[in-house]
Amino acid sequence: MAHAHAPVKRYSGLMDWLTTVDHKKIGILYLMSGAFFFLVGGFEALLIRLQLIYPQLEVVSAQTYNELITMHGTTMIFLAAMPMLFGFMNAIIPLQIGARDVAFPFVNALGFWTFFFGGLLLNISFFVGTVPDAGWTMYSPLATNEFTPHHGTDYYVIGLQIAGIGTLIGGINFLVTIINMRAPGMTFMRMPMFTWASFITSALILFAFPALTVGLAALMFDRIFEGNFFNVANGGNVVLWEHIFWIFGHPEVYILILPAFGIISEVVSTFSRKRLFGYSSMVFATILIGFLGFMVWAHHMFTTGLGPIANGLFSVATMLIAVPTGIKIFNWLFTMWGGSIKFTTANLYAVGFIPTFVMGGVTGVMLSAAPADYQYHDTYFVVAHFHYVIVGGLIMGIFAGLHYWWPKMFGRVLNETVGKITFVLFYVGFHLTFFVQHFLGLLGMQRRVWQYLDGMEFNTLNFISTIGAFLMGIGTLLFILNAASSFRKPKNASNDPWEDGRTLEWTISSPAPEYNFAQTPLVRGYDAWWKEKMDGKDKMVPAEPIGPIHMPSPSILPFFMGVGLFIAGFGFMYMNDWGTIFGARIGLVIGIAGLLTLLTCMLLRSLIDDHGFHIEEDEILKDQGVKA
Amino acid sequence: MIYVLKNVKHLCTAQQTDATVRKAAVKKSKVGLINMKRWQYLLKRLMPLTALMVLVLSACGREDLSTLNPQGPVAQSQLELMKISIAIMSIVVVVVFAICIYVVVRFRRKKGDNTIPKQVEGSHKLEIIWTVIPILLLVVLAAATLTRVYDLSRDQRDNPDALQVRVVAHQYWWEFQYPELGITTAQELVVPKDKIISITAESADVLHSFWIPALAGKIDTNRTGNVNYMYFEAPKTGVYLGKCAELCGPSHGLMDFKVKVVEQSSFDRWTVSMMEPSALPQDTNIAAVFESQCLACHAIDQQSPSAYPNLKGIGSRESVGGILINVEENEKQYKYEDTIYNNLVTWIEYNNKNSERDVSIKPGNHMLDTYSLTKEEIEGIAEYLSELKVDF
Repeated sequence: MAHAHAPVKRYSGLMDWLTTVDHKKIGILYLMSGAFFFLVGGFEALLIRLQLIYPQLEVVSAQTYNELITMHGTTMIFLAAMPMLFGFMNAIIPLQIGARDVAFPFVNALGFWTFFFGGLLLNISFFVGTVPDAGWTMYSPLATNEFTPHHGTDYYVIGLQIAGIGTLIGGINFLVTIINMRAPGMTFMRMPMFTWASFITSALILFAFPALTVGLAALMFDRIFEGNFFNVANGGNVVLWEHIFWIFGHPEVYILILPAFGIISEVVSTFSRKRLFGYSSMVFATILIGFLGFMVWAHHMFTTGLGPIANGLFSVATMLIAVPTGIKIFNWLFTMWGGSIKFTTANLYAVGFIPTFVMGGVTGVMLSAAPADYQYHDTYFVVAHFHYVIVGGLIMGIFAGLHYWWPKMFGRVLNETVGKITFVLFYVGFHLTFFVQHFLGLLGMQRRVWQYLDGMEFNTLNFISTIGAFLMGIGTLLFILNAASSFRKPKNASNDPWEDGRTLEWTISSPAPEYNFAQTPLVRGYDAWWKEKMDGKDKMVPAEPIGPIHMPSPSILPFFMGVGLFIAGFGFMYMNDWGTIFGARIGLVIGIAGLLTLLTCMLLRSLIDDHGFHIEEDEILKDQGVKA
Repeated sequence: MIYVLKNVKHLCTAQQTDATVRKAAVKKSKVGLINMKRWQYLLKRLMPLTALMVLVLSACGREDLSTLNPQGPVAQSQLELMKISIAIMSIVVVVVFAICIYVVVRFRRKKGDNTIPKQVEGSHKLEIIWTVIPILLLVVLAAATLTRVYDLSRDQRDNPDALQVRVVAHQYWWEFQYPELGITTAQELVVPKDKIISITAESADVLHSFWIPALAGKIDTNRTGNVNYMYFEAPKTGVYLGKCAELCGPSHGLMDFKVKVVEQSSFDRWTVSMMEPSALPQDTNIAAVFESQCLACHAIDQQSPSAYPNLKGIGSRESVGGILINVEENEKQYKYEDTIYNNLVTWIEYNNKNSERDVSIKPGNHMLDTYSLTKEEIEGIAEYLSELKVDF
């Protein structure tokens, strides 16, 4: 191995963030942009709740209201929840498996930038004034040119398509990373639960996202190139979109929740000072949930008119998912059973997650009974159900993860007192907002309604719901405050700040050095770090001597590839609007220019040899000397 | 498998009370009886847990709107299924919450406690328990679900005893056709009580969903090619609220309709009355304006085609535009409640070209800005329409 002393390209400041291929920094980028979009989506939610606080209000117009519900759903799922999870997956998985980075660092950066520019494109629609308004499910024919003549749907289709590329390559990257880059001794059945859950999630992404890609492409053809996939007059079919969307959409739910399950497993186990109960059955249950997740999409379509055979089969298949989910719930409870439970903020979220998620789960089973679903479907009962699962499940999991891994990511511990106040506000607010919505649905209030008439017995419950939403809003702001003020503290978190850490990320400094592990650790069992601690060791057994570490070079290309796609999407969208220049359509010219930017970057990436650089032994030793 | 399904069907249908089902229940097999006992036993066991919740639930909501206050056998059967699922799920919730509370209280870490708890790998016995018990609970729910899936999807389109109705949903109004009677009406579905109403549902534009919470769950109205059907029955006369339950545009939440359940004799009078032609307004000026402006899209009898809501009998309807509720002068209670005359004036003024709309009654509806009428003309037309009644 020749490590010639080539000039080491290391940027600082903004340039560092734009060019980084370091999984830890990309994780932070994902987390920050996810949090930003979470605030945007949350603001939209508050406007929605404000419109519904009293009957027959006109806080926002009916058109704006539909734009808000559409963008709230789309933003929260694709631009807030997924990126925040990707943030954790990036920041933590390589550390948990004892790797120095992900398998494809360049692709990792590309994934982030395509997600970011896709999300940006989607939200620019607010400034242009044509916002997606056909619901996050974008059902045809409402989303087609005939009924949405403005560009709203185009922003959705193209924005999500670009963001989707990022998700797909991110998923592939994690699959390869987890399969190939585990430290010696880290067998599959010794992997931490979060890594396992992310592994399954990545597999789900691999199989589910192509369905979305195809669906979006078909809708794009219909809208921009006069295709006929969903045009009934020319032989298209509108139910086709529902199928394609939910073949992606249902696994998406599990893509979101499985990593949250993983986080909860880590947090509960750590703060109970106990090994995860029934680890192998947890792994099995996760795989089963992922598998069954592909078999149940039509339960979103019980009222579409698929007939009794389909409705019956999908009912029963959906009920089955309750079994592996139940296994997970009981395993968490029995992890705590006999443990020594410490209620840090992270653990409050994790323990609070369990009953909340159970409530979301049981309403899920209720919804799976098709004939009863004929009543629940598209009412506030459904809204309550999926918010219990996504906010009460996923967002709780993310908050738990944020408090738990904050020191590992930033070297500082979040303020526990503020954290606990935040938890109470958010938790109470959450249940106030969504518990009453079950009853609104049962009393006959359908979802996505801009107004409801007075005298329908909806008033009190809607009022309570809005109050709850604002409590959640205050809770979120308090968290942001806590996070921001933590950066004013010195970076003094120890390697294992919770003292009960069990997995490999707690064996290295907080935050981790650029190369993660000075020496790749040797893993001797499940809960590798805990095992060493119990054997009286204070560090892992290294699997290699200290030596120069090969690192990938930073690159600005992924950023410009994102920019190229952004420009291309923008141009093609307005292909038919913007007149011509020298006989060529301006939109088309801009679109092609964007694609050329992308292709040029790809060419540069292919032609220029980049062997990366090495971090030399003396630098590593110096790091260790300072940090030890 | 089929054998099991049959038994399952028996055990569930036995719970219902309508006559057709009672006949089927007579054929119960021996196995069915045993299953039924077990099932009833299980339900009895659950009762104390859920009695309170069910009590609270069944007392909730408006009689003409709530799914928890069903007014017909279909909604009744759906509520029963909801109750079964709530009962089963209550067990789960109670068990999990109990363990959770116990664990959280019992195993809290005391300050300075540095003991290391026993590291338990797991327990096969426990894993089997919490795998098998949920499966058993779900089998009960699946049985109750499957019987109803088939029961509620019975095709009544060739049932000679059923009243056939074709529902066509539009942005943002409902068209009801009675093909056997040659009647087309809008916004208000008039049906006789105690008769099976067989619905064929379609959409003229985007997806909608046809829902009468108190009488039956919903069915989507798809665009050409995917025609849906369902049925319901209403044993009590009265007016029930219907809604669109699929996002269909800005006025989705305002796309309400009514189901008016009347006695058979009353329904017969209505069908005769609906077929009679209507006279134009007596005032010749109003008549001329009405013909040129309104009848371009609407009709006032069953003989002329009507691209938009047929106005025959609009004076007897419960609402104007589906959303302005007609009440007597002294009964006004809420916003949008007014006399039919005032509602008609409000509605026609709202849609009039260049009208100042300080309230969005039905944003995006296709009537907006399609005509230009003076105040006198509007009042004349409203006067005429409010008197355009049918006999019941």
